Amino acid sequence: MSHVISHTWALTVSRMRLAMRNRAFLFFSLIMPLAFLFIYAGIFGRGRAQAVPYLLAEVLALTVMGSFWGLSVQLVTFREQGILRRFRVTPVGASAMLASSLLSNYFLTLPTIAVEFYLSRSVFHMASLGNVLSIFVLVTIGTVTFASLGLIVASVTNTMQETQIINQIIWFVFLFISGATIPLPYLPAIVQKVAMFLPATYLVSGLERAMIERTNLTDLGMYLASLVGCALIAFIISAQLFRWEPESKAPRRAKLWAAAAVVPFLLLGVWESVNGDLQNHAIKNLNSIREPYSIERIEH
Amino acid sequence: MLSGATIEVTNLTKRYGDVQALRGVSFSVNEGEVFGLLGPNGAGKTSTVEILEGLRTADGGSVSVCGLDPQTSGAEFKYVIGAALQSTALPDKMRVHEALDLFGSFYPQRRGTQELLARFGLEEKRSAFYNQLSGGQKQRLALAMALVNNPRVVFLDEPTAGLDPQVRREIYDIVEELKKEKKTILLTTHYIEEAEKLCDRVAIVDHGKVIALGTPRELKQRSGSVTRITVRLAKPETNGALGALEGVAEFRSEADDYLLYSTRVPRTIVALVKHLEEQNNELVSLEISAPSLEDIFLELTGRRLRD
Repeated sequence: MSHVISHTWALTVSRMRLAMRNRAFLFFSLIMPLAFLFIYAGIFGRGRAQAVPYLLAEVLALTVMGSFWGLSVQLVTFREQGILRRFRVTPVGASAMLASSLLSNYFLTLPTIAVEFYLSRSVFHMASLGNVLSIFVLVTIGTVTFASLGLIVASVTNTMQETQIINQIIWFVFLFISGATIPLPYLPAIVQKVAMFLPATYLVSGLERAMIERTNLTDLGMYLASLVGCALIAFIISAQLFRWEPESKAPRRAKLWAAAAVVPFLLLGVWESVNGDLQNHAIKNLNSIREPYSIERIEH
Repeated sequence: MLSGATIEVTNLTKRYGDVQALRGVSFSVNEGEVFGLLGPNGAGKTSTVEILEGLRTADGGSVSVCGLDPQTSGAEFKYVIGAALQSTALPDKMRVHEALDLFGSFYPQRRGTQELLARFGLEEKRSAFYNQLSGGQKQRLALAMALVNNPRVVFLDEPTAGLDPQVRREIYDIVEELKKEKKTILLTTHYIEEAEKLCDRVAIVDHGKVIALGTPRELKQRSGSVTRITVRLAKPETNGALGALEGVAEFRSEADDYLLYSTRVPRTIVALVKHLEEQNNELVSLEISAPSLEDIFLELTGRRLRD
């Protein structure tokens, strides 16, 4: 066990170094989220301090969800280039490979989150930091969950092309029907119903609530538990389906296994559809940015 | 383990789809021995080595390395082996010394990065990125990484493939040094001179089978002390009469050359000269040489190694 921890740590440090040398990584994980912040707070929010908490919540959600992208692409690249098989003749196991990828991604996401907070405060004069503990826990768990979902995509796809296509599809769903870009209350009722079954929706809602309503961890318990459950299932399945060799193919039933990762959100979605209040919170929090320039006015 | 062999391979079989890659490969390698698997591409060398490294599973037969099963022995097995794989890479932006540090950190006992860099002539490149290295430097790094845990058994899969002759000789020197350290080494190659120069014993592999096994010297003697006579003639000879000359065990023509494998060289030469006189043909050149492993391979399979 102590070997697994030391291997994971050595790999984590190494991956962080590699990521810092990767321009694409720096662009997607630092420049892009900050660009979102300036577009959201500067243009949509017209630089008004009052609108910043809501808009920052969306930017945080996008930053966290971004973890979905990088890891799967990196894992498939490593597999296709025969890098993974070199590790396979060492004592390193699949879980150390996967865990190090989650950890390095998490450590590299935190500074971006901190910069986003700092700029919201210093440039856009955001008055409140929200419930800092809730936000920290949501960011931590969310980053690991979305990264794990990325890993599961990598473990059921056979080529980089396939990985990219599936990533795109899932990413667009996360982006547009979770509230991260288009506020949830503006979506058609049927789409809102679908959104209740997506992990992204709960991440966005959780961050909005922690930011604006200062919701504590207990009240976010169901969201957090589902995110943790999803991450755990995704991680275990990814480790089981882990392939080191470029030519080894994922078994057909692997894609079914992968679907198991969303089970926690199917359950939460059912519960939320029956007696949840996520949609009420979404409306209430969206209203926090009204006046004097409301979103409605921009729309009309 | 009953036998004292460090590597034991018994009746190994492996199939990929329609291709039967291994058809019952058996051999054993003793402690401190450099053992070569020699054969053309697709003969089953890499499959055999990768089963021994634990990268692939066999369909049938058994393997053991230092008495351990590569599939079930876990870390204990990984500690005793070092490997330079054939198709592999490192991340582009990993520095040379970082690769040695990282891979070294996976083992309880390891060799120092500095020592390895010095030994493999990589000191100047210690801070270079992997994608800045030449083919020879990458291969030297691969060998250094294979030794980072000071393993008992080293697998080198085509260690000189694609390298120019000078770099190849550098790699030979490194292997010679490992030999002095009494490492047990299994290497695959399709270069005859590599097998002859480096290996204590060689198994010639073709179509998933070991077709001959022994020291390079034994293999040569085994070919029935046949001597190769290479002749070039003024006029081409097409009727194959040369093969019927006295003492000729085997005959083939290759481009302008006629190769006569003879068991009685003087007789064959006398008969050859006589025959040419009768045919009004003339000898342009004649060369007598001991058979090489290449000839043995040709004799055994009817094909050249690098077809």
